[in-house]
Amino acid sequence: MDIKGSEKEAIAGYLFLLPNLIGFLIFTLVPVALSLVLSFVRWDMLSPAKFIGIKNFIDLLGFHTESGIFTANDPLFWKCVGNTLFLMLIIPVEIMASLALALIMNQKVRLINFFRAVFFLPTITNGVAICLLWAWIYNYDFGLVNNMIIGAGDLLSLPLKRIPWLTSVAWAKPSLMLMGLWIMLGGYNMILFMAALQGVPRELYEAADMDGASSWNKFWNITWPMISPTTFFVFVMAVIGGFQGGFMQAYIMTGGGPDRSTTTLEYLIYNHLYSWQHVGYAAAIAWFVFVIVFTATVFNWRFGGKLVQYSHY
Amino acid sequence: MEYAADEVRKGMGKRTRSILKKCAIYTLLVIGGVTMILPFLWMLSTSLKSYASVFIFNITEVKWLPDPIYWKNYIDVWKVVPFARFYLNSIFVVVCVTFGQVITSASAAYAFARLRFPGRDKIFFAYLATMMIPGSVTMIPVFALMRSFGWIDTYKALIIPAIFSAYGTFLLRQFFMTIPRDLEDAAKIDGCSLWGIFWRVIMPLSHTALATLTIFVSLGNWVSFMWPLLVTNSIEKRTLPVGLAYFQELYQYAQPDWGLLMAGSLITMVPVIIVFLFNQRFFVEGIKLTGMKG
Repeated sequence: MDIKGSEKEAIAGYLFLLPNLIGFLIFTLVPVALSLVLSFVRWDMLSPAKFIGIKNFIDLLGFHTESGIFTANDPLFWKCVGNTLFLMLIIPVEIMASLALALIMNQKVRLINFFRAVFFLPTITNGVAICLLWAWIYNYDFGLVNNMIIGAGDLLSLPLKRIPWLTSVAWAKPSLMLMGLWIMLGGYNMILFMAALQGVPRELYEAADMDGASSWNKFWNITWPMISPTTFFVFVMAVIGGFQGGFMQAYIMTGGGPDRSTTTLEYLIYNHLYSWQHVGYAAAIAWFVFVIVFTATVFNWRFGGKLVQYSHY
Repeated sequence: MEYAADEVRKGMGKRTRSILKKCAIYTLLVIGGVTMILPFLWMLSTSLKSYASVFIFNITEVKWLPDPIYWKNYIDVWKVVPFARFYLNSIFVVVCVTFGQVITSASAAYAFARLRFPGRDKIFFAYLATMMIPGSVTMIPVFALMRSFGWIDTYKALIIPAIFSAYGTFLLRQFFMTIPRDLEDAAKIDGCSLWGIFWRVIMPLSHTALATLTIFVSLGNWVSFMWPLLVTNSIEKRTLPVGLAYFQELYQYAQPDWGLLMAGSLITMVPVIIVFLFNQRFFVEGIKLTGMKG
């Protein structure tokens, strides 16, 4: 009787799981294996695939000497690694800005729902619309920012010039980073920080008040250590996202240019897969991204507990 | 006397300080809020200007108030590109994916959380392990699969691969684990089947988690860009974000009609803003839920 019951439960278990499991196998687990296979072949989706061993990875990561000088086999790939890392330099700024905003929003603000909605607006807006809006704002001849600069120049009779926000190598990346800051400021991270701040026990602040601690001291000695798990989580997630980001803005706003200066790894994968039909090579880049993301995740598990203060409340 | 005056001054100092603090907080919030809103206002302002006036006004000055207000963009945008079609495609895809994902995730999550069967924990570990694999790793072979199935440029390619999500299963499983077993035991004694327990006990008790997942899945698919871009070719199959990108590409060699583009962009924002305003609580709770479990 008992055995029959547990058998029935097992069958029910498989039945409940089945619809999801079939999809998981076809669209996740098998593709992971296929992707690994693809990274060892040359394939343009038209002619039959050809096994080429680790040649994709040699082309991707290798170096050769060109008249005595070390040269990357694929300079474009390394350029995209550099671009991706450069664009991620804004992450600490974004996180600190979100934390600052959360600190302000936590001060028993009236109309908090209104302000939260305003700051959350870019997060719920379709990214293409945001990118189009900022492409328009950054427009060289007619854009809002450049016209304001010219207007201010006329007013103060200074020889201010238009800035090629999206069309010069020097400005394109900072422009995208500034837009990123605007998008991220009041998004998910800010809401996580607000939750974390509300989780800090009041008694700690009360005790510090008795000792006459300043706000500055209270922040560094109570708030900062107590919310460090959230800060660490948000940072790791941002790094993981950063390595996989930048596709939409490159596609809509810059086309990856000028001179490939805004092409991220994700956009490069798209180019190899879709524009150039280098399926195997695209898979090799995707696995490179996986190794980095995996390292970040392991780093999170391994050192997360040591670097941050986990509360016992 | 001296002492009392000192007390009063101290009290005043404290009050003044707290008023100053309030002022500083609201000043910062208003400055921040204006920074957030201003680009959107510029979007609205541009969307109410004609092609000619966008450029004429802009050469010399920044004109925030359109004069005259040019409503025609909001009519033309539906004709220049098949915007209504994009809209219907997006709604159809989002409804199908969300419904499919919430149902399949919930039923799988119930199996993982409550039922015992051989291999359960191994399968669950496989689900977890795939969650940290970048989307592009699986996207490449799934794209090739779509081609070999002949699904490119069909709704099937837009909907079916997006339904199955390890993440949704994980989220709901974690939530189901927190539901006390007493209620199920009571239902079991009353002769309720496992399906009955799932449908009439677990699901109603999880409406917060289900609402959270529904919101995240529908928002995520409403703004989804790269996958629909890869698997659609014809204009009739484009979703809103891809349609909007296509709209911009029409102007590849000329200065775009920014008024029209901004009108189109604003139209895509409206439904999400309405949903958000009515469900702000679920957004906030959902983010906390996902972030804390991280």
